[in-house]
This record gives sequence, C-alpha cells and structure tokens, in this order.
Amino acid sequence: MSGLPFLSIITWAPFVSAVVIMFCARHRPLLVRWTATIGTGISLLASLWVYWAYDRVSAGFQFQETFALVPSLGISYFLALDGMSALMVLLTSIIIFAGVFASWTVKQRSQEFYALLLILVTGVYGVFVSLDLFVLFLFYEIAVLPMYLLIGIWGSSGEVRPQGIFGRAMGWTGVGTKEYAAMKLTLYLLFGSAFILVGILALFVAAGSRTFSFLELQSIRFDPSLQSWVFLAFYVGFGILAAIWPLHTWSPDGHASAPTAVSMLHAGVLMKLGAYGVVRVGMGLLPEATVQWAWLVGLIGCINIVYGALSAMAQTDLKYVIAYSSVSHMGVVMLGAATLTEHGLNGSVFQMFAHGIMTGLFFALVGLVYEKAHSRAILKMGGFGTMMPGIATAFTIGGLSSLGLPATAGFVAEFLTFLGAWSSAHPWWLFPGVFGAFITSLYVLRVTRYIFWGPKSDDPHFAHLPDAQGTEWAALGILVFVLVLFGVAPGLAIGPIDTATVPLLERLAPLMSAARTR
Amino acid sequence: MMADVTALALVALLLPAVSFLILAVVVPLRRLGRPAAYVSLLCAGGALAAAALAWRGAAERSRLVWDWIPAEAGPLATIGVLVDHDSTSMLLLVALVAFLVQLYSIGYLSDELPYALGRYYTYQSLFAFSMMALVLAPNFVQLFIAWELVGLSSYLLIGFWYHKPAAARAAVKAFWTTKLGDVGLLIGIVMLWRHTGTFDLTELQAMVNSGTVAAAGLSVMTFCIYLGAVGKSAQFPLHIWLPDAMEGPTPVSALIHAATMVTAGVYLLHRTSWLFALTPEVLAIVVWIGALTALLAAVLACVQDDIKRVLAYSTVSQLGYMMAAIGAGFSAAGFFHLLTHGLFKALLFLGAGAVIHAVGSNDLSRMGGLVKRMPQTAVLFIIGSLALAGIPFFGGFLSKEDVLGTVWEGGHVVPFAILMLVAFLTAFYMFRVVFLAFFGAEALVAHAHAAAASSADHASAHGAGHGPGSHGSDGHAAGGHGIPHDPPAVMRLPLWILAVLSTMTGAYVTVSGPELFLGHLEHEPTSPAWLMPAAVAVAGAGIALAWLTYQRAVLDAERLASSMGVLRTAALAKFWMDDAFEAVYYRVFLGFSRMVGWLDRYIVDGVLNVVSEWTVVGGDKLRAMQTGRAQDYVVAVGAGLLAMLIWIGWGR
Repeated sequence: MSGLPFLSIITWAPFVSAVVIMFCARHRPLLVRWTATIGTGISLLASLWVYWAYDRVSAGFQFQETFALVPSLGISYFLALDGMSALMVLLTSIIIFAGVFASWTVKQRSQEFYALLLILVTGVYGVFVSLDLFVLFLFYEIAVLPMYLLIGIWGSSGEVRPQGIFGRAMGWTGVGTKEYAAMKLTLYLLFGSAFILVGILALFVAAGSRTFSFLELQSIRFDPSLQSWVFLAFYVGFGILAAIWPLHTWSPDGHASAPTAVSMLHAGVLMKLGAYGVVRVGMGLLPEATVQWAWLVGLIGCINIVYGALSAMAQTDLKYVIAYSSVSHMGVVMLGAATLTEHGLNGSVFQMFAHGIMTGLFFALVGLVYEKAHSRAILKMGGFGTMMPGIATAFTIGGLSSLGLPATAGFVAEFLTFLGAWSSAHPWWLFPGVFGAFITSLYVLRVTRYIFWGPKSDDPHFAHLPDAQGTEWAALGILVFVLVLFGVAPGLAIGPIDTATVPLLERLAPLMSAARTR
Repeated sequence: MMADVTALALVALLLPAVSFLILAVVVPLRRLGRPAAYVSLLCAGGALAAAALAWRGAAERSRLVWDWIPAEAGPLATIGVLVDHDSTSMLLLVALVAFLVQLYSIGYLSDELPYALGRYYTYQSLFAFSMMALVLAPNFVQLFIAWELVGLSSYLLIGFWYHKPAAARAAVKAFWTTKLGDVGLLIGIVMLWRHTGTFDLTELQAMVNSGTVAAAGLSVMTFCIYLGAVGKSAQFPLHIWLPDAMEGPTPVSALIHAATMVTAGVYLLHRTSWLFALTPEVLAIVVWIGALTALLAAVLACVQDDIKRVLAYSTVSQLGYMMAAIGAGFSAAGFFHLLTHGLFKALLFLGAGAVIHAVGSNDLSRMGGLVKRMPQTAVLFIIGSLALAGIPFFGGFLSKEDVLGTVWEGGHVVPFAILMLVAFLTAFYMFRVVFLAFFGAEALVAHAHAAAASSADHASAHGAGHGPGSHGSDGHAAGGHGIPHDPPAVMRLPLWILAVLSTMTGAYVTVSGPELFLGHLEHEPTSPAWLMPAAVAVAGAGIALAWLTYQRAVLDAERLASSMGVLRTAALAKFWMDDAFEAVYYRVFLGFSRMVGWLDRYIVDGVLNVVSEWTVVGGDKLRAMQTGRAQDYVVAVGAGLLAMLIWIGWGR
C-alpha cells in the first residue's frame, strides 16, 4: 500500500474526473454527478487513509513524491504532507464530497459546473501538499481562477441592495449582483497573488536562484530586513484570501453570490488556503519576521473577530450573515497563529478545520433553504422549523458550533486559541476573542429564531416547504457528524496538528526569548 | 463496593447519554413518542439507582480521568468523573428529580403529538447527561463543557413550544443572559490555568492547601468565575432570564429552572470554596449580591399573578440565600440549602403544574377553592410551601437556619437583616398563593370553560402545521368536562415521593443535623440561640399576614399594596431591569452593529469601489490620448523634450 503515490492520487483524481465529465458525459447529468462522486470519493478515501497512516511519532513530512520539472531553476514536483496539511487535505475532501451532493440539483450546464468545481479542488489539494513554492503558486492560481466563472455563471444576485443616499451613489457599481461579486473576488485575489509571487521570487533570488524547495529554503537564514518585507508581502497576499481586515470585502459579496457548492468550498476551504499560506510559507520560512510582525497579525485578527461579528449582526440577507461570520471566524484563525504558542497554533489550525466544516454546513443549508423558499431575506422568513425540521436542526447545530458551544468542533478551536492568546506576549487578545464569541451567539441565535423557531410567516410562498431529501441528507449528515465527532474527540485532530506546530515553534523559540530580553 | 463508586457514577452519567444518542440517531423511534419516553425513563431510572448506590458508597474522594486534548508536554485537558460526598449528593438529587420529572411529564404532556414528545425526551436525556457531567466534573474544562451543555438543554426546553413567540424569545433570552456570565467564567478559567498551570480541581486544591498559588491577581480570576455563577444561578443583575424561562413546560421549570441547573452556580462556588477563601473581597461581593438578589426577587414574587412566576422569583430569591451563605464563608450551608431546596421546589413546581394542568391557566385569579376539587394537590402544595417558609420539621427548615446563622456568624449584619426580611416575605408570598389558589371562593367552572375555549383558540391560531394535539398555552383544561381534579397517578406519584422525601429528610435533619446531606463536617455552623425562634417567628408572621389578607380579608390586599407606593410601581415594572437590558441590546449592540455594517459597506468597501471606479475612468480618459494622429504624438514629444530641457537647466 505504502508504495502508491497517495498525494498525487488525491490531487489528480478530481482533475481526471473533470476531464472525464467534459469528454465522456455530455448531456448525461446523472453520469456527471456519479463521475464527480467517484472522483471526489477516491480522494476522500485516500485522504482518510493518509490521515490514518500518517506516523505521528516520527512526524515531519511524509508520503514524499518528487521529480524534477525544471532542474535549471530548481523547480520540482515535490509533494509531501505533515500533520497540519494532512488535516487540511482531509477537510478539503470532506467538503468537496459533501459539496458534490449539495449541488446535485444544479440544472444549468451542470457538466461545466462540475468540471470547473473539480479542477478548482485539484488546485486546493495541490497547495496543501506541495513543498515546492513554484508549484504551490501554480496550484494556488488554479484554485482561484475557476471561481470567476463559477460565480459569474451559476451565482445568484442578492435581494438586499444598498439603500439610502450612499447606496444610490453606489448603485452603478452593481453591488449585490453576481457579476460584480465575481469580478471583485477575482481581481482582489489576483491582486493578492501578485504579492505572493513577489515574495516567492525574492526568497528564490536571496537563496541564490537555485531552488524553490520549501525544505531547502527553510534551512537558510534570510536577512532580517528582507524577511520583514517579504513576510508582509505574504501576509497581505495570502491574507486577502483569509479575509483579513480591511481587505475582506470581496468575501461577503463573493460568498453571498456564489452557488451553494462554491460557497461551501470557498468559505470552507479556500479561505484556509490563505491562513495556511501565512502559517506554512510566511511563518515557516521567515522566523525573525514572524516574531517581529506577530503583533500586527494578532491585532488584525482581533479586529476581524469583533468587526466581522458586528457586521454579521447588521445583515438582513442570510448569506451575508454567514459570509461575515466567516470573516469573524477567520480572525480566530489568525489570532491563534499570531499567539506563537503551542495551544494557540493548535487552536488556529483546528479552527481552520472546524470553521471549514461549519461554514460548509451553513452554506449547504442556506442553499437548501433558498432552493425551497427562494428567499434569503431573514426578516421575511419565519417558522420554517415545523416544515423543515431536519434543516432547522442542522442549522442550529452549525450555529451552536459557530458560537463555540462545547461538544462541537468550534469550542475546542476557540478554547485553545483563547488559552494561547492569554499566554502570548499580548494577553489582552483574549478579550476581543471572547467578546466576539458572545456577539456570535447574539446574531446566530437571532437568525435561527427568526427563520426557524419563531412564529410562521404569513407569506403564502412559504406555506409548504419540503425538508431536505435524498442526497441532500448525505451532505448534511456528513458535515454534522464530523462537526460533532471532532468536538467530542478533539484528540483526533490535535494529535497530528501538534506534530506540525511544535517543530515550527521550536524554530521560533530562541528568537522569541531574544525579543523578550531586548 | 468502595472501589466501584467511580464506576457507578460513570454508569449514572452514561445511561442518559446512551438514551440521548439512541433518541437523537434513531429517528423512527423518536417519532413514536411514547416508546421514546420509555427509553429515556428507563435510562433515567437506571441512573437513579446507580446514583443512589454511589451516594451510599462514597466516602473518600476518588477519580477517574481520560486524556481529552493532547499536547506536547502531556495532556492539556482531561475528562472523567470526580466522586466524593458532595458530588454524589448532588448527583443523587439530579438523578432523582430528573427521573421523577420524566415520569411526571408522561402525564403532563400526554396531549403532545408523538414526534414532539420524542423531541422532549431527547432533550431531557441530553439535560440529564450534561447536568451529571457538570456535577461529576474533575476539572474546569469538563465543568465548562457541561455548563454550556446544560445551558443548551435549557434553551431547547424553554423553546420546546417554539411556535409560541414568547417561548422562542424566552429561550434566546435565557441563552444570551447566561452566556454573558459564561464569558466571565471562560475568562476566569483561562486566567486561572495560566496562573496555576492546571485545570484539575484536585491538583488546584492541593496547590491551594500547600500555599503555592500566588495571591496576585487571583481575585480577578475568582470574580470572573463568580460571573459565570451569576448568570447561571440568576443573581442580580443577570436574573432577568429566569422568570421568562417559565415559558417552557412546567416539568422543565421544576427540573432545570428550580432544582438542578440554576443551582449549578452555587454548586460551582461550593466546589471551589477553598479557592474563593483566598479572595475574601470577592466573597464579600457574593454575600451582598446574594442578599440583594434574595430581597429583590422576594419583593417581585409578592406582586406576581402568575403562579409559575411566583415560584420562579422565589427560586431566584432562594438562590440568593445560598449564595449569601457561600459568600459568608461557609459554603456547606449554601450547599445544604441547595439540596433541600431542590426537593421542595421541584415539589412546588410539579404541584403548580398539576394545578395549571387542571385549571388551564397560570393565572392566580382564575383559581380559588381548589382544595375541594383537588385535595391531594392542595396538601402537597402546602407541604412544599411550609418547607419553603422554613417551618420546623419540614424540608427547608434547618438549611435555612444554617444559612441565616452562617451569614450572622460571618459578621454581615446588614445582609443578615435583609435575609430575615426575605424570610418574612417568602412566607407571605407562598401563602398568598396557597390562599388564593386553594381556598376562598370557588368560581371556577365557568372559568375553566372560558380557559378551555381560549386554549382552543390558541391552538387554532398557532397550531396550523402542528396538528390538532398542540396547544398554544402551557396547560389546558382537563378532560373536556371542565371541572378541575387531582392529576392522574403518573403525575401524583412523583409529587408524593418528593413530598415524603422532603418532609422525612427535613424532620430527620431537624432532629439530628445535616450529616445526612453533607457527610461529616469538620465544623458545624454555629448560630446564636435566639436565631431559630426568631426565624420561625418571622416566617409565622408572614403566613399570618397572608392569612389575614387573602383568607380573612381583614386587611384589604389592594390597600396593602398601594401603601407600598413607589416600591409597588417599581416591582410591577420588575425594577426596570428587563428594560435596561433590552435598551442595551437594541441601542448599544444592534445600533453599534448597524454602524459597523454601514461603515463596512460604504466606507471600507466604498473606498475600494471608488478606487476601482477611478481606475476605470482614468483608463477611459488616458485612452483619449491614444488618438492615432501623428501630429498629436509630435506635440507630445516636443512638450516632453521641452520639459526635460527646462528641468536640466533648472538643475544647473
């Protein structure tokens, strides 16, 4: 078994099924779906196997595969994974597998939809398993670009448009339409990747223009002043994808306009690419700069948490609420990473996973509600709980995880982050974190009460709404199960994460004690 | 036997979890209703038996833990059970009341649709599991987890009739208010972990005993932990959620909002009393807030016309009593009162439930003369009221004296005086209910018909989509004939068990002291000899005043009330506390969030849109330069050349 190139299988299986869909499944919607299911199913099984087989004792990067692509520039196809990326790969597999089921009812051009979705996933996997920065960047771009088409073609425009004088003044921008959102998201993310490319090239040149390998670059001590600005380039570049304030505004528009599976994948996994990039590439390669800039990363993280939560509370469009809650929760991820403590970093990575599952669940549910009720306006809907108890229950569980209720994954992540924050160099970070969790409980339960548990809406459109059915249950069931499983048994994830975060911190430890004495 | 105590506790803990899992996952079983109830009841019964055995066997502290969150240097957090006399006493109380309430609910909720009944028992099992996990928690992490889970169960059960707007709102209010306290608790736990390096209660206690816990900053931590208790145990100013929580079914109020969950805060402070002992300034706050809460709630209880709300405020008031004892430095007295109170308050709530079930209304003015129609219920309710008033040989007598004695011995004269006043008010408002509901004029039959009609109205108003069995209000006219009667045996039995247990233990401890509940204490609370007669006299005076006012009508209730003037106005307005919180929520939180939302849309995003627009417009304008005519380019080149020459010349 161990001889198989598991990481390549995981990465390319969706791509292969995308090719199959494009060439062999023309006008056969059911075949399209089953091909996608099989492709992502293979990835899921392989990632489960890899996650299980990952040796936590010897730790480090395992399942290595390598061959040279451009030897003269030191570019090679170099795949490997450690505890952190193993978890991220598992997250991606779960989300896309559930996402395939959640988009079962896509009618328009479903063939192209699935093909693009699967290509995008290949890009995501590639980023998580690549240890060659050049290849990593290529995959990163693959993961970002299909988004434009997916949102622009299959997206939906919101009901709630800007109002008032400012709103009218902004009417020309097309805020709230899917075309606007798609363009904004794509331009923003490409803007960010320009920073990343510059950063990567700067390191490549500083290392003597001979290698893009992460492991080799890691062994070089770069000049601190170079590190300083390269770190900022990575932070801004990757950070845009992680929706750091104030560069987050693509995310609510983009997520709200995207079709269900795309929102799931984007908020659930792609935003993690950003955070993963900051931790793996930024913090992994640039230790001095990490210590130098931790205060900024943590501060912005705190702003994200509180600002995102408050913005979410102000929204009247359900998808915008969820989208802003992602902004808030990604703040927890960045805050945890910035603590530079074992528990904080573990919490950060765990939150990447927990938020991925939870927000995937949320977007799946919002998609279902929209499909049945054709509305996203919170104040119009009401009393859906009696008609769609399954959806209501799943939404409540997702909401509880979002506000950090124990026995769901959200609690463990936030708790660890808070422990890290209080033992970091900036203990006050604890308070915005905890306060943000409280505001989350306000808006999540408010939305839940309005839509599901309140009195029934008088609107005749909402008189008879079906509950989730068939494949939709599969999507919801998988996500709820994972959310609760990892909340009850967090050791499943913390074990592997710890093997990745501890070496990272060991590299930082001498620098941090030096910074403290200075 | 001794060694198995932890195993027994574990069985008691896991049986409700098993029942919850079965009911949550096996949907068809849950939808059947009755069978789901039997599964839950069976597990609760097993848990009760295990808890009773554990209680009998518990002599020394023993514990059993598993790793939960791993870390490089050994596990960060563990889960498991910590068994000693206190935790098994509490465990037994929880298991007992949970079992009896589940039994009672079979009768009380007999009109619910099967799937709703299944849902109810799923939540009940979840609650029983969470509460037991809280009671047995060996460390702060598990305590917090269970703490939040009981909050969740409370939220779910208050909102059980979620199609009632008031219930949906009350559920959310309860969750938010307690969550506000939990913010403090979480911060306290995190700080304490950093301060001492452990979550484990046993280790912490050992550190405190050996004096290795630094005092600096400790009071902030204990205060934060206390905040959690303020929320959960409904202390001023976070008490506002508890009266609203009465929107849930009455058995739920008996279990969660009287006997068990709301006492979790008291239990927490008792469990960590050795820690709080290091911070006397925080304990002083605990006494004062406790006494204040007791008084405030007792005053409010006097003006309520809803029987459940009287009991709810009375619970708040008694929680203030327990807290005051803990603040006075002898937490065992508070814990003792917690245990006795759990029994008789559950009795009172379930008795009130029987009345509501029969009359079809919560409103005291719709009751009266019920003693003839439902004599057993009347007797049971009066037993509970006597226990609450603190009459000798009844349930709450000795524990109440202990609380008063502790506060007096602690040197808190003003809180002591407040608590004596509260003792008077307590007896008064309880017997006000007794006389209004069970004695006096019997003009009921017509009322009952009216209630049945209005109840039916409710059902048709809210019931679309819920089927014929649902009803809009808590309680409904019994059996169609409209004449109230004692409840069926399945509801009567739990009432009798509670009454007998409460009275027997009350009589037993009156004679022989609190060892039964607390085990052997190193030092008993001492109180001056005049205290007991004084307290009994005060309670008697309260009963007498209620009798004179509501039974003999020697005093006019209306005049008595209006003589209170401003106080009465304030009490009717619930001291404006709810309004204050509402204002904070709407004005501050929602207002602030709207502002942030606006900023985000029009400033943060607006800048972006303006920049992008400038880019587009700028490109448009610049495009005009590319005219394609050679003349234009020559002019531009010439102008550029000229500018360069001038610039170079300038440099010289």
